[in-house]
Amino acid sequence: MTDSKYFTTTKKGEIFELKAELNSDKKEKKKEAVKKVIASMTVGKDVSALFPDVVNCMQTDNLELKKLVYLYLMNYAKSQPDMAIMAVNTFVKDCEDPNPLIRALAVRTMGCIRVDKITEYLCEPLRKCLKDEDPYVRKTAAVCVAKLHDINAQLVEDQGFLDTLKDLISDSNPMVVANAVAALSEISESHPSSNLLDLNPQSINKLLTALNECTEWGQIFILDCLANYMPKDDREAQSICERVTPRLSHANSAVVLSAVKVLMKFMEMLSKDLDYYGTLLKKLAPPLVTLLSAEPELQYVALRNINLIVQKRPEILKHEMKVFFVKYNDPIYVKLEKLDIMIRLASQANIAQVLAELKEYATEVDVDFVRKAVRAIGRCAIKVEQSAERCVSTLLDLIQTKVNYVVQEAIVVIKDIFRKYPNKYESVIATLCENLDSLDEPEARAAMIWIVGEYAERIDNADELLESFLEGFHDESTQVQLQLLTAIVKLFLKKPTETQELVQQVLSLATQDSDNPDLRDRGYIYWRLLSTDPVAAKEVVLAEKPLISEETDLIEPTLLDELICYIGTLASVYHKPPSAFVEGSRGVVHKSLPPRTGSSESAESPEAAPSAGQAAEQPAVIPAQGDLLGDLLNLDLGPPVSGPPLAASSVQMGAVDLLGGGLDSLMGDESEGLRSDVGGSPAMGGGGGFAAPGPAVPAGVGAPLGSGLGDLFDLTGGVGTLSGSYVAPKSVWLPAMKAKGLEISGTFSRQVGSISMDLVLTNKALQVMSDFAIQFNRNR
Amino acid sequence: MIHSLFLINCSGDIFLEKHWKSVVSQSVCDYFFEAQEKAIDVENVPPVISTPHHYLISIYRDKIFFVSVIQTEVPPLFVIEFLHRVADTFQDYFGECSETAIKDNVVIVYELLEEMLDNGFPLATESNILKELIKPPTILRSVVNSITGSSNVGDTLPTGQLSNIPWRRAGVKYTNNEAYFDVIEEIDAIIDKSGSTVFAEIQGVIDSCIKLSGMPDLSLSFMNPRLLDDVSFHPCIRFKRWESERVLSFIPPDGNFRLISYRVSSQNLVAIPVYVKHMISFKENSSSGRFDVTIGPKQNMGKTVEGVVMTVHMPKAVLNMNLTATQGSYTFDPVTKVLTWDVGKITPQKLPNLKGIVNLQSGAPKPEENPSLNIQFKIQQLAISGLKVNRLDMYGEKYKPFKGVKYITKAGKFQVITGREY
Repeated sequence: MTDSKYFTTTKKGEIFELKAELNSDKKEKKKEAVKKVIASMTVGKDVSALFPDVVNCMQTDNLELKKLVYLYLMNYAKSQPDMAIMAVNTFVKDCEDPNPLIRALAVRTMGCIRVDKITEYLCEPLRKCLKDEDPYVRKTAAVCVAKLHDINAQLVEDQGFLDTLKDLISDSNPMVVANAVAALSEISESHPSSNLLDLNPQSINKLLTALNECTEWGQIFILDCLANYMPKDDREAQSICERVTPRLSHANSAVVLSAVKVLMKFMEMLSKDLDYYGTLLKKLAPPLVTLLSAEPELQYVALRNINLIVQKRPEILKHEMKVFFVKYNDPIYVKLEKLDIMIRLASQANIAQVLAELKEYATEVDVDFVRKAVRAIGRCAIKVEQSAERCVSTLLDLIQTKVNYVVQEAIVVIKDIFRKYPNKYESVIATLCENLDSLDEPEARAAMIWIVGEYAERIDNADELLESFLEGFHDESTQVQLQLLTAIVKLFLKKPTETQELVQQVLSLATQDSDNPDLRDRGYIYWRLLSTDPVAAKEVVLAEKPLISEETDLIEPTLLDELICYIGTLASVYHKPPSAFVEGSRGVVHKSLPPRTGSSESAESPEAAPSAGQAAEQPAVIPAQGDLLGDLLNLDLGPPVSGPPLAASSVQMGAVDLLGGGLDSLMGDESEGLRSDVGGSPAMGGGGGFAAPGPAVPAGVGAPLGSGLGDLFDLTGGVGTLSGSYVAPKSVWLPAMKAKGLEISGTFSRQVGSISMDLVLTNKALQVMSDFAIQFNRNR
Repeated sequence: MIHSLFLINCSGDIFLEKHWKSVVSQSVCDYFFEAQEKAIDVENVPPVISTPHHYLISIYRDKIFFVSVIQTEVPPLFVIEFLHRVADTFQDYFGECSETAIKDNVVIVYELLEEMLDNGFPLATESNILKELIKPPTILRSVVNSITGSSNVGDTLPTGQLSNIPWRRAGVKYTNNEAYFDVIEEIDAIIDKSGSTVFAEIQGVIDSCIKLSGMPDLSLSFMNPRLLDDVSFHPCIRFKRWESERVLSFIPPDGNFRLISYRVSSQNLVAIPVYVKHMISFKENSSSGRFDVTIGPKQNMGKTVEGVVMTVHMPKAVLNMNLTATQGSYTFDPVTKVLTWDVGKITPQKLPNLKGIVNLQSGAPKPEENPSLNIQFKIQQLAISGLKVNRLDMYGEKYKPFKGVKYITKAGKFQVITGREY
């Protein structure tokens, strides 16, 4: 008696048999046949050949059969547009049916048939249904407008459906309101400028009323819509908050998170002196914690959002550390997120517990998790000064386990601890040196070499250690080579007598035997510095390095504020603004938090840190290496190569980030040296050179410095090989696949002191291309 | 909004697809398979995956992946909640949410999906509305249908669809009017080596089974409502009343549903009903170790702790275990290294004990970590938080319903850590 019988086939040919059955006189047989067709469809089999036969079954009183035929139609109408027209009459007739269920069904199905010709016939029935007496039909029709807009936006505007839809926001039935809001939101997503959801205090009031009465999904739509509203003053913001707060107790986690978004956003407008402000803060914690007892997938999304909330308002969850402790059966993606939040919440008060947990995690089986746990210990040390000693001893314990990847991670973080607390924990260097041989990852090797170079004067056999690395110099990765070069120069400056030979060896390895321009450049700089003015060399290479800041991975405040406006969305999961990843984002509107209106705090800038007191402590954000690179070269090619309007394709092509992450590898060769020397990135900043400026290098510095370098090499040109003449072969930056046939390839070259870019555009579309543009963006 | 849905089984076959907008090719699932391969373990597949043109949001339930395809910015929680609702509906309709059940009822599944979502917007997800639109399959009905030719699709507009109480249909009639409430509490706890509580909280729910005629309006009050400070409510509950009077006032859905779920986390309120004495040690340079665990009851208000089961993930180096249990039976799986001890009831007079020798792989280094013990137990007729229902009143209907409340406490994620001290 089950439906699996519909999947059985006979030898004669399934389609043929079905055809016969569909044309049978018996109603029952027909219905069974349609069910078989649907069953084939569900598994992706192509049954479009049966189109006319199935459509013939459409005129029937049997609702189930009708629904089944509709299901079929929606799937295949697109491939058989001419045939689909046959169905129009039945649809139009059904839209007049006395049964509201059938009226709604007809208008709903018609909207799903994505055939231009049909949409013309759809307008009249749709107009009627939008004004139908039955709210069920109205709410279905509201969604249908969004469907129609997706197929033919112009038609919807011409027919005035948008105005009708706006009127529905004032409908008496909350479900209709919710659907109208949902439809308008979807439409306005593709027309960000159209300002369809023109919210004013009256409509807000209507939405808030509907909020209490509509379904959970409707509540999500309404809350998301409310979040886009800008209250005119703090009083209005408070009254909206008060009416939204009950949603925090909803069983549906999506409702809860949407409500959190509205509250987080409007809270920005409330004065901190207000009693209500404190109450609200208190009310936000429990629902967020509750989200963590839900299914793991929900937890993951919740944790990504909590990560943002904790950065924006750490006070909300500061007492809830324990709920973020990892459970042994959490999926790995939950574990990693929890770990992140644990570090953000770590403070002097709870550090002991956190460390005990982290130490435990470091003995688990999952390698990624263990690595992150070890790193977390290091980050705790840097964040909570009082715990640094304990963290270091924990790390030493872990190094004693001799588990290879644990040791390597530990060494990488200990290097950071040295940079935060110089001249404090150097006693552990001996232990680190014992593990020299087991290091096989570039990052760990580089870190170890940095340590040896930095503290060369305290390590008796520093020269031997570094010499041992030098043996396989050419097999090392660039990172290690650069670090080794710098470390040996440091060593030479500290112990010039014994290491002359060593430094000469490394300089010649770097400048003469290496193909890597970065390495050569750095080698030459050192060489010249050392040979012309050793005192200056000492000042440059052994300059005092700035302390690294507390947290290296905080989201930049303006971005954070923008992301807070996107709580609960994909953007919040990826921690990127939608403009960075939403495909075909046709001019995404940047959202920002409302400014605080409280008069007492008017002096505070809207983007300032959570509280005035904390503003001072807000750690500076060190840009990640990738970002920095962008800054240095002032090149971020993210051209919205607006889609060439070819043929009838109405699909807009989104901005293709040509160089995106690829810039790293693309430019890696030329910029590696600049990066580590100028960057002051926590990992490599100690590399010496250029009297390392503070961590936040202003974007402008990069370019002049670059050209300065060029000049320098013009001078050196006479001495060694002329590195300026090297031009990398062109590589493809934008494959034709991604850009409707437009291929862009190019390369960077250095010509007498300036960097230039050569581009070749190729049309691979086999058609004429016109109206395309390339935009070169400066990166901040 | 939600564009398409693919159902995929554990061996990676796409056995159902449904598109609410245009058709998205199955090949989009390749990105999912890629992630699945990377994750190794099925539970570790990340729930949000981005592909060049779409986003895949998935849940894993009952050995089935529900993979939804979205194209625009949609709240992921909304999608995940919806997917869980789909799985719940299948469970509700077919008694189980399995590949076989779905394949056996593929047409109903398709009709359901069509009814639940329109153009990616949720349409009807309440089970009582769905059941009026599409009747669940029963053996009797399919027999009747095949004789009379009638269908399992309702042809009138469901009554709950638009009312302010979409969760209840009109015209419900029962001969026996009953209302049952189950107060179920689960203790999540981490106990450290010395027996002190590192972390403990109670996750509680009140599940209800309400079979009342007409439109009853119920009020449920508690002896100690102050316990409930972090609560999630079923939409039927009037929030205002709760805020002002701490009374749950609602017109209930028909049948089984979860009335509230709550969390009690303040440490002093979470009583730990069992204690565990343990001695697990591995000797240096020897291929054996000792294992000795005793479980005993703590403060539990005179109720018996029963259904006690202990599972331990032993270190990899453990070959097998030679133990004797004074009560119950134990098994050790040498492949997964999981030790399970089914204890049963704990009587305070004679405490259950499990002890013996652990054999290690010869030559392997002494295991670093000490295993954590996961304990399950049950206590009938007790809500460990102390929550107590005071009374249930019914308004709006004349008959006298039969009322009942049941309490039960269970272990949730209850771990005793043997290697760590705070």
